Amino acid sequence: MKGWMGKIRAISLLGLTAIVLSACGKENLTALDPKGYGAEQSFNLIVLTTIVMLFVLAVVLVVYTIVLIRYRKKKGQENYIPKQVEGNKTLETVWTIIPIILLLIIAVPTVTATFDLADESEASDSLNVQVTGNQYWWHFNYKGQEIQTSQDLYVPVGEKVYLNMKSSDVIHSFWVPTIAGKMDVNPENENTMYIEAYEEGVYWGKCAEFCGPSHSLMDFKVVAVSQEEFDQWVQDMQNVDPEAQPEDAVAQEGQSLFQEKNCMSCHAIGSSPAQVGPNLTNFGDRSTLAGVEDLTKENLKQWIVDPESIKPGNKMTGNYPAVSDDEAGKIAEYLLQLQPSEVTPESAGN
Amino acid sequence: MSQDHTLNPEIMPNEPEKATQEGKNKFIGFWFFLGGETVLFAALFGTYIALRNSTADGPTANELFGLELVFLMTILLLTSSLTSVYAMYHMKNNDFKKMQLWLGITALLGLSFLACEIYEFTHYITDFGFTFRSSAFGSAFYTLVGFHGGHVTFGMAWLIAIMIRNAKRGLNLYNAPKFYTFSLYWHFIDVIWVFIFTVVYLMGKVG
Amino acid sequence: MSIAASQKRGFGAVLWDYLTTVDHKKIAHLYLIGGGFFFLLGGLEALAIRIQLIVPENDFVSAGFYNELLTMHGTTMIFLAAMPLLLGLMNAVVPIQIGARDVAFPFLNSLGFWLFMFGGLLLNASWFLGGAPDAGWTAYVPLSVTSPGHGVDFYVMGLQIAGAGTLIGGINFLATIVTMRAPGMTYMRMPLFSWTTFITSILILFAFPALTVGLFLLMFDRMFGSAFFDVGLGGNAIIWQHLFWIFGHPEVYILILPVFGIFSEVFATFSKKRLFGYTAMVFATMLIAFLGFMVWAHHMFTVGLGPVANSIFAIATMAIAVPTGIKIFNWLATMWGGRITINSAMLWALGFIPTFTIGGMTGVMVASVVADYQYHDTYFVVAHFHYVIVGGTIFGIMAAMHYWWPKMFGRILHEGMGKLTFWTFFIGFHLTFFIQHFLGLMGMPRRYWVFLEGQGLDLGNQISTVGAFFMTFGVIVFLINIVYTAVKGEKAADDPWDGRTLEWAVASPPPHYNFKQTPLIRGLDALWIEKMEGKGRPTPAEPLGDIHMPNSSFLPFMISLGLFIAGFGFIYQVDYDWAYILLFGGMAIALASMLTRSLKDDLGYHIPKDELEEREAD
Repeated sequence: MKGWMGKIRAISLLGLTAIVLSACGKENLTALDPKGYGAEQSFNLIVLTTIVMLFVLAVVLVVYTIVLIRYRKKKGQENYIPKQVEGNKTLETVWTIIPIILLLIIAVPTVTATFDLADESEASDSLNVQVTGNQYWWHFNYKGQEIQTSQDLYVPVGEKVYLNMKSSDVIHSFWVPTIAGKMDVNPENENTMYIEAYEEGVYWGKCAEFCGPSHSLMDFKVVAVSQEEFDQWVQDMQNVDPEAQPEDAVAQEGQSLFQEKNCMSCHAIGSSPAQVGPNLTNFGDRSTLAGVEDLTKENLKQWIVDPESIKPGNKMTGNYPAVSDDEAGKIAEYLLQLQPSEVTPESAGN
Repeated sequence: MSQDHTLNPEIMPNEPEKATQEGKNKFIGFWFFLGGETVLFAALFGTYIALRNSTADGPTANELFGLELVFLMTILLLTSSLTSVYAMYHMKNNDFKKMQLWLGITALLGLSFLACEIYEFTHYITDFGFTFRSSAFGSAFYTLVGFHGGHVTFGMAWLIAIMIRNAKRGLNLYNAPKFYTFSLYWHFIDVIWVFIFTVVYLMGKVG
Repeated sequence: MSIAASQKRGFGAVLWDYLTTVDHKKIAHLYLIGGGFFFLLGGLEALAIRIQLIVPENDFVSAGFYNELLTMHGTTMIFLAAMPLLLGLMNAVVPIQIGARDVAFPFLNSLGFWLFMFGGLLLNASWFLGGAPDAGWTAYVPLSVTSPGHGVDFYVMGLQIAGAGTLIGGINFLATIVTMRAPGMTYMRMPLFSWTTFITSILILFAFPALTVGLFLLMFDRMFGSAFFDVGLGGNAIIWQHLFWIFGHPEVYILILPVFGIFSEVFATFSKKRLFGYTAMVFATMLIAFLGFMVWAHHMFTVGLGPVANSIFAIATMAIAVPTGIKIFNWLATMWGGRITINSAMLWALGFIPTFTIGGMTGVMVASVVADYQYHDTYFVVAHFHYVIVGGTIFGIMAAMHYWWPKMFGRILHEGMGKLTFWTFFIGFHLTFFIQHFLGLMGMPRRYWVFLEGQGLDLGNQISTVGAFFMTFGVIVFLINIVYTAVKGEKAADDPWDGRTLEWAVASPPPHYNFKQTPLIRGLDALWIEKMEGKGRPTPAEPLGDIHMPNSSFLPFMISLGLFIAGFGFIYQVDYDWAYILLFGGMAIALASMLTRSLKDDLGYHIPKDELEEREAD
């Protein structure tokens, strides 16, 4: 297996394809600059199939061009009737056999890679994360670690992380193009995939299965940090005291408002498994607000007052008591101070 | 192939159902239609098999089904298939009265089958509280068996309509294909029932 | 009656004629008008989608409305535009190509059309009644079950009715081709368009019932509280995907096989050569159709079916590339050594070759499972299926329009405008869709209402939208061409292209009985053989005699209208009791009309020999 991979990579590095493709798309979002195991497997096959298929296209286009140049009706040919050819056994056999061979070249590595990526033999020795897809946010439960978080998935670089995925409502699909291909998140059965990031970084993730009005806004991140940083993060997350009072008065008011307005009935801070709304334990460390906005106080205020204006069709709208602008500001202040760890998307190079 | 010729019973050919172009078309077309129906029922069977254990704490197949009644229904329907064969035999002999008689028996057997099925469904609903909405198994069961029952009902309406319509004018080349396509349809319904008997009831009791 | 047909008549009479017609050529006109209307509608929806995506985070349309647009664009284009247009062409051409006077079931033919039309109208009525369906044309559950409002209900009922029409159409063509071929027209002498129609009809017959069942389950879950897809009661959401794609993948071949036939006719005619490798072409078509039923799960590679299922379906999918490749090379070989005339019909065929080859290439690429983990549900897939459906089906329909327009309407479409349509549409198409391959790989999933700023997706989307305007321009020129041709177009001769098949042996447009005397077929390319032997028209297989023709009927319209009304009843009985009046009333109209059809003798009428002789004298 390593043999063909090596060859393909060599070709791809040398070839025009790589030059064209690497210029394509934003770093850490594009599938054309893979930085993870799954994405690399996919990329190798993309390059292989593209090369084989470009060869076929070239053959077709050459014949096509010759035909169009040589056999267009010329002056004086008005009454010319060409020879009525029925067919040609040899030719027809040739263009049946050659495609079969080309397809075998594609089929063998495809099957190998398919089984490789479905391998779950190392799951028990690895980090396992329960992923839940919800309209329109993602929840991550680090199994056996007492850590619950949403939207930002922290993983150690160079380690296989197994994701056990299930949906709480409709079908979603978990896709971090630069790290790995996608896997559907179904409501009735658990799907498992593994991801492995090669480099530290914050990778964009997107929902790839049509799931409602805010399907296009269901972004999330994979934050890949070094093993030491990850261990640190785990420790910090486990040591969170959900009841801890913030230091300044505004944030304290925000905290009491957070309880008054019944936010806790859906949102948890700490490792309790309530999952109606996103877990806010490390909200202040998030790379983005709601997956798509900059995490600023202004944006957060807007979200608290009118989430519909940011994510149409979300499940928060209408399910909490009215919050004034002023109150929203205080709650925002409180939430933004929920920064339990030194390890943040910034430390991964965001 | 003039109009009068079509209606003249005196010179009825051997296979009156396929003697005219229209008859041939109907014969071929109906076979294709049954091909499509096969896929329809295959899809329903597939759905049923996928969901037959999804009882969501409701009654299971084993608790519900009693083979005695289903066995009786099977006998009724298989016999009605046989009687429709007799009817077609008499059609080919141009014996309209006997054809009507055997078709009448077919209709009676079909209606008794329906009566049993209605009794069966009521029994599940009243005695077990097992309905279309109870569980995915309930939905799949009533849909599959109900689609078959719907086909039987439609077949009965069809048969009775053409029997009454043609009672006074006897057999001719115009209506022979209609009787014949009905008999094809009836055999098809019967075959589907055999599969239902096996997949739903026997596998439900045993599997 | 038949004499009156040739005289000027009032609008009312023409309308009544079309509402009741059972003539396959008039039903073809109806299909083209109906399908054309929905094509324009689907095109407008597409344009709105592209305008929304011209800049990042645009708010040209709201998120909810965008989802309605994309759902209706897909549903309309596939069920209400592409398929009816193809059925229209089949109706116009196939019976004549096989030397028949009509189809096997003229009444059902009409019923098929009206069911499609009323199904389409029911589906589109949703726009005015609280919103269109918004769960995608694939209507994946549970999203489609939980979608609020009645949009998805209209999807279910509209497609159920339209689908029944298509199924009836398929059975009709199967029976027609089996029983109605002229003497001497053996299977292996049938023109390729008739062959692909035959095989397409088989696909329709075996694929549509799976959709019917899927739609019933969805309907029961949404309207009657069943639990097929309700996970809480043991339901399973993947069943829908299986049923949908068991229908959906053959559906792709239902769309593409007929145009393979069309291109085979066009290439042969304008190269002045017999189709290269006819037998291989026929068997390649069969093989594609057969394999088409075994590959549905390649739409579900990311569902989690496991590596074994994924590998099997991947290899089966790749296998389809072989017969498709055979076809491409046979077309090239048909042109090789020929004398190629390039006009607008041929331009569409020539544009098809590179475009469809790219679509086929990306088809093999998405069949490679692990690569598909990246492509799946992104703009790469959007680009792929537009390359095959637009580059194949729509290019084919356009080629057929220009090729058979003279036969169908008796006038030749304007060449200049035809070429302008082709070039603007062709360039616009590639501008729109080529870049989308890259957009997908750069991280843009499909069905995205907005894409975010600063993700490197701006330029690609902008180019794509510009292309959409080019395509729109091309379609507008085509519409002008139709009007111009109807008013001032050049009158067509019976055989304007020096054709090879039987439809060119009858008048343009053909008389309603097609052939005064059924022709005797002596080989493949029946008319060409006669021309080469200097006769110019086929030998009759029967003496001149009375011709038996079917009666017109208003019942197909009534049956479809009844189901249309009942459709509203089903949709609204969930909320209101009065809807039961619609439900039972509509069903009563439909069933009473069916009963009338079944019990009332309808023996047709005869065109007497004298009248036929008189016509010849004219």
